[in-house]
Amino acid sequence: MTLPDLSKTPKIDKVGVQERTNRFCVRSIKTSAKIHGLHLALSMIDLTTLEGRDTPEKVKQLCYKARHLDDSIQGLPNVAAVCVYPTLVGVAKKELIGSEIKVASVATAFPSGQSTLEVKLNDTKYAVAEGADEVDMVISRGKFLEGEYNFVFDEIAAVKQACGKAHLKVILETGELDTLDNVRKASDIAIHAGADFIKTSTGKISPAATMPVVFVMLNAIKDFYKETGIKIGMKPAGGISTAKKSLQYLVMLKETLGDEWMNKDLFRFGASSLANDILMQLKKQETGIYQSLDYFSKD
Amino acid sequence: MNRIDVLKTYKIFIGGKFPRTESGRYFHLKNAKGKLLANMCLSSRKDFRNAVVSARKAQGNWANATALNKGQILYRIAEMLEGSKTQFTEQLISTGSTKAAAAKEVALSIDRLIYYAGWSDKFQQIFSAVNPVASNHFNFSTLEATGVVSIIAPNENPLLGMISLLAPTIVGGNTCVILASVTNPLVAISMAEVLNTSDVPAGVVNILTGDREELLPHFASHKDVNAIIYCGDNLKEIKTVEEMATENLKRVNIYRRKNWGQGNSQSPYFIEKCQEIKTIWHPTEV
Repeated sequence: MTLPDLSKTPKIDKVGVQERTNRFCVRSIKTSAKIHGLHLALSMIDLTTLEGRDTPEKVKQLCYKARHLDDSIQGLPNVAAVCVYPTLVGVAKKELIGSEIKVASVATAFPSGQSTLEVKLNDTKYAVAEGADEVDMVISRGKFLEGEYNFVFDEIAAVKQACGKAHLKVILETGELDTLDNVRKASDIAIHAGADFIKTSTGKISPAATMPVVFVMLNAIKDFYKETGIKIGMKPAGGISTAKKSLQYLVMLKETLGDEWMNKDLFRFGASSLANDILMQLKKQETGIYQSLDYFSKD
Repeated sequence: MNRIDVLKTYKIFIGGKFPRTESGRYFHLKNAKGKLLANMCLSSRKDFRNAVVSARKAQGNWANATALNKGQILYRIAEMLEGSKTQFTEQLISTGSTKAAAAKEVALSIDRLIYYAGWSDKFQQIFSAVNPVASNHFNFSTLEATGVVSIIAPNENPLLGMISLLAPTIVGGNTCVILASVTNPLVAISMAEVLNTSDVPAGVVNILTGDREELLPHFASHKDVNAIIYCGDNLKEIKTVEEMATENLKRVNIYRRKNWGQGNSQSPYFIEKCQEIKTIWHPTEV
């Protein structure tokens, strides 16, 4: 694991990226293809609650939702994971015994990442010890913007080590990186430092996930795969709240990385309200009647 | 030198914006002699769905606005309509009204808005009650807005009919999605321009133009719509509305009247039609 030569990082054509991503939004996906796509999107969701007011009961409710998305619709998949703060990992783990749903935990002084390496590593180890299958870390954006790329790289590598067997998702917080060139650079750093997934945002900063940003990150993954044959996962998070938008992301995924990435092992949605919108769409497809959130469980 | 005519593109009104229909379809609006007056949007069910999303989003804040504020806004709509009297009168004449009938319809429309503006902070007192109960409780009933209301506006009286339903619906804290008069949607869309400049928050009123038969099932069945108002006397359509409204037990109000200029076309009972009564039991001091 070494820091790549960042002077060779491709420069991003912002206008070109925008044009390309616009094209993903005009694909016509109807009837059975739509239902298939919505099922796939559901199975990729990391059902997330990351708020100061989270309680064990709230997490229990979320876990119940993860296991029973909507019992009135036949043949629904489960979501991929439940994503919580480290102190609530134990609760989630217990609630999800006997299911395939993973428990993901944020760590490393989420969401700002403004703390010492020691604190971040302890945070990570605690989450893993509590039973987290996946760890979502944040990078030090301040250091990144200062140009301290080695610092960022070493930090990610150290957290990766602390994770042990747990999968590591690296949050770039693209809303704070300003340019697409920075997004590409940060992606390359994270991937080379050992990330299993790269993730756009914490969900605490606006803008969160946008299609251009995700497109740039997908291309970083693609280039790394061509170079090494290693598949890195992608997780857009924050701001994806409609079924339609999730389908557009799946189109982008398929047309950029191909079928091999079209599963929950290599692609996730970090979202909370997305699941209910997809359920409403599926119910609409089944009954022909537009739905109301009043008839779906809160998340 | 002759100027080239500047013709207006009539669009629909959703969430305080004027988009074209997402379907890209349109229909011809012709006058009695068959002359083309305008191309109108032929809205699709997806336009309706988008409108309901806007109406739902706006409903909470609108219901929580003070009665004074809602009254002021209704009065403001009347003021703005007063300023555009000539335009509306001409549009009504161009689609077949006589001069006198058109002038009367516009004047009555303005008066109706002012009528309901006045009721804004008064209807609650008329319909609320303190109820006598045989225990140590205060027991009182008050009104709350029903929520999102879909309105199939009458084909007759395209302006007055729509306003006679819109005003009592929104003054009660509801938001609405209206299908304009099918035979004469021109004034309805012009009315949207008036609403948009009258401090009515985005999404409180949404207006679509299009085909009744196509949109009616969705107006009646959408589960995020809490009440439907239907104007007309087509028994087949009424049956559709009543059956499909059971999907989520919508409130159903059907008006068969053709003339919205009659004396009994305005009353606080039109407000009460889209209200829910909440009864509260509150323990008294022992």
